[in-house]
Amino acid sequence: MAGAMEKKSNEWRLALPLTLFFVVFFVAPLFLLIGISFQAERRMTGALGLNQYTAFLGDRLNLEVLGDTLLLGVKATLLCLIFGYPLAWLIARVSARLQALLIFLVILPIVTSVVVRTFAWIVILGRRGIFNDAIVALGLSPTPLHLLFSETGVVIVLTQVQMPLMVLPLVTVLQRIDPNLASASQALGASAWRTFFKITLPLSMPGIIAGVILTYTACVTAFVTQSLIGGSRLLYMPMMIFQQAMDLQNWPFAAAVSVMFMISVLVIVGLLVALSRSRAAQLYG
Amino acid sequence: MTDATGHALTLAHITHRFGEFVAARDINLEIRPGELISLLGPSGCGKTTLLKIIAGFQRQSEGDVLVDGQSISHLPPNRRRIGIVFQNYALFPHMTVAENVGYGLAAAGKPKNEIAATVEEMLAVVQMTAFGGRLPRELSGGQQQRVALARCLAIRPRILLLDEPFSALDKNLRLDMQIEIKHLQRQSGITTVLVTHDQEEALSISDRIAVLSRGHLEQFDTPTEIYDRPRSLFVNTFVGTANLIPGVLETKTAHDASIRIGETVVVVPLPGPVAIGAPVLVSVRPEALRLSSSPGGLPVRIAAVLPIGPSLIYEALLADGTPVKVVQDRAGSDAALSDTAFLTIMAHRISGLFAKPSQS
Repeated sequence: MAGAMEKKSNEWRLALPLTLFFVVFFVAPLFLLIGISFQAERRMTGALGLNQYTAFLGDRLNLEVLGDTLLLGVKATLLCLIFGYPLAWLIARVSARLQALLIFLVILPIVTSVVVRTFAWIVILGRRGIFNDAIVALGLSPTPLHLLFSETGVVIVLTQVQMPLMVLPLVTVLQRIDPNLASASQALGASAWRTFFKITLPLSMPGIIAGVILTYTACVTAFVTQSLIGGSRLLYMPMMIFQQAMDLQNWPFAAAVSVMFMISVLVIVGLLVALSRSRAAQLYG
Repeated sequence: MTDATGHALTLAHITHRFGEFVAARDINLEIRPGELISLLGPSGCGKTTLLKIIAGFQRQSEGDVLVDGQSISHLPPNRRRIGIVFQNYALFPHMTVAENVGYGLAAAGKPKNEIAATVEEMLAVVQMTAFGGRLPRELSGGQQQRVALARCLAIRPRILLLDEPFSALDKNLRLDMQIEIKHLQRQSGITTVLVTHDQEEALSISDRIAVLSRGHLEQFDTPTEIYDRPRSLFVNTFVGTANLIPGVLETKTAHDASIRIGETVVVVPLPGPVAIGAPVLVSVRPEALRLSSSPGGLPVRIAAVLPIGPSLIYEALLADGTPVKVVQDRAGSDAALSDTAFLTIMAHRISGLFAKPSQS
């Protein structure tokens, strides 16, 4: 008993290496970043102030970029949910063998290099790409569509790339729902749609919220996809931070933009977490 | 609570296949209005498949399901008005007890005040009035079952299906719930089909029992008939305890048969199932045997004695080593029984005479 207690009280040491790593390479740089964002001058003379923040908030263009980025995340996340939910529902119901195959297909984007799959999309979406050739050949549009270097293109690609982050939590939750519940609902006279909206959907809410949080944070920060598919005419927050820091060497401003972006995303995630907490409390006590 | 009279349920030539596997083979059942019947059999006998076919969750390969003589095979589950209580109750975990009970009424588009009134009434019927605001996970197993029952009865179903309803309850509670369900069923007169693998449960609660084995209907009869006059060796061994004593058919008439068991000949008031001279199995319930210390009958060796409350259970071995279970009243049993004794078969209480299955 005493041995067990001692063992338990010592177990925290196992987390020590990771904690150290985390502090040195994440917490410390983060505080450094926040510190830099309060530098009043671009050359970081040591004078502190809110100059960078007022500069960011004072320019409508900056706020538009922030708004565009957050909205881009909303669009891609919604598409992921709309396409991912039926897919997850299917995966949760098929045989174990088919399930393994479908899950492999779903996580394929993760195991492909981000640069490779982004260039593949450029080939597909380009003016003379496969997609536009097909559209024109089918007579759906007389001229090729502007997909590459447009927000539509970015949303399409993000939806494909981030799909696993939506589908995997959904599959987990949908598999846990007792199939008898849907049967009971039907036997009580409820139609298939009513059964879905009253039983399946509410019970899968924890999975939806987890998927939305993962997908959303991944979409708004997807630097490579946003810049390669979006091209130079579209500007989102990650690119803006990159330009300020690397091209213009304006580190204090880049830091302030980063902090603003981080806070915006955290607020959205926080709201979703709060929502999931209240849901989970209702469901599982 | 439900319609004044129950509804008749008919299964006509139901056959169901899963690929090559035949889960149900030409099942015919005529269930009378207001009757409570059990589908009894070991796992894999097809009882759950039949339940799913009646509820509409599965479409039979062949045959027809009829309520009051009208086919319902083409109807989806939500339009059959057949209530089902699942083994795990399947209460909606995100809804309160009252919302669960009112679910079917809300789905039918009933006005709120009517739903509230019916929910109140149903909760009173199952004695759960105080629990309307609770969530299912805050209830015990027995309480969850009551709610599941109330939820089901609230839609005034034509037929009530119970899928192994007592298996998740502990033994004491199980008996209480059995009595309660039997009572409720009598009161409402609702035609009920219960699926179970527990023969005691089926014997105690049912008006009639359909015994199933490997997709085949072995016998559909009253509990007494099933117990006293099993029509097949399977029914005989599955329901109750049966001693199978091997013998040889010596003579037979249309009404009885003489069987030689060891040195003794027993006249059984049942027609012989095989040709004269062929081996048979005589099935005798433990309570249709008597042990005595005075000579007469079959000599046995007593291997064990178990006192179970008012009775004694003996494990006796026949001369050829066949084990036989005998139940005697403790008061009426012979106190002078030693290791060896004599076994008498009450011939009129023999429950069956079966051809001895060839060794396979």
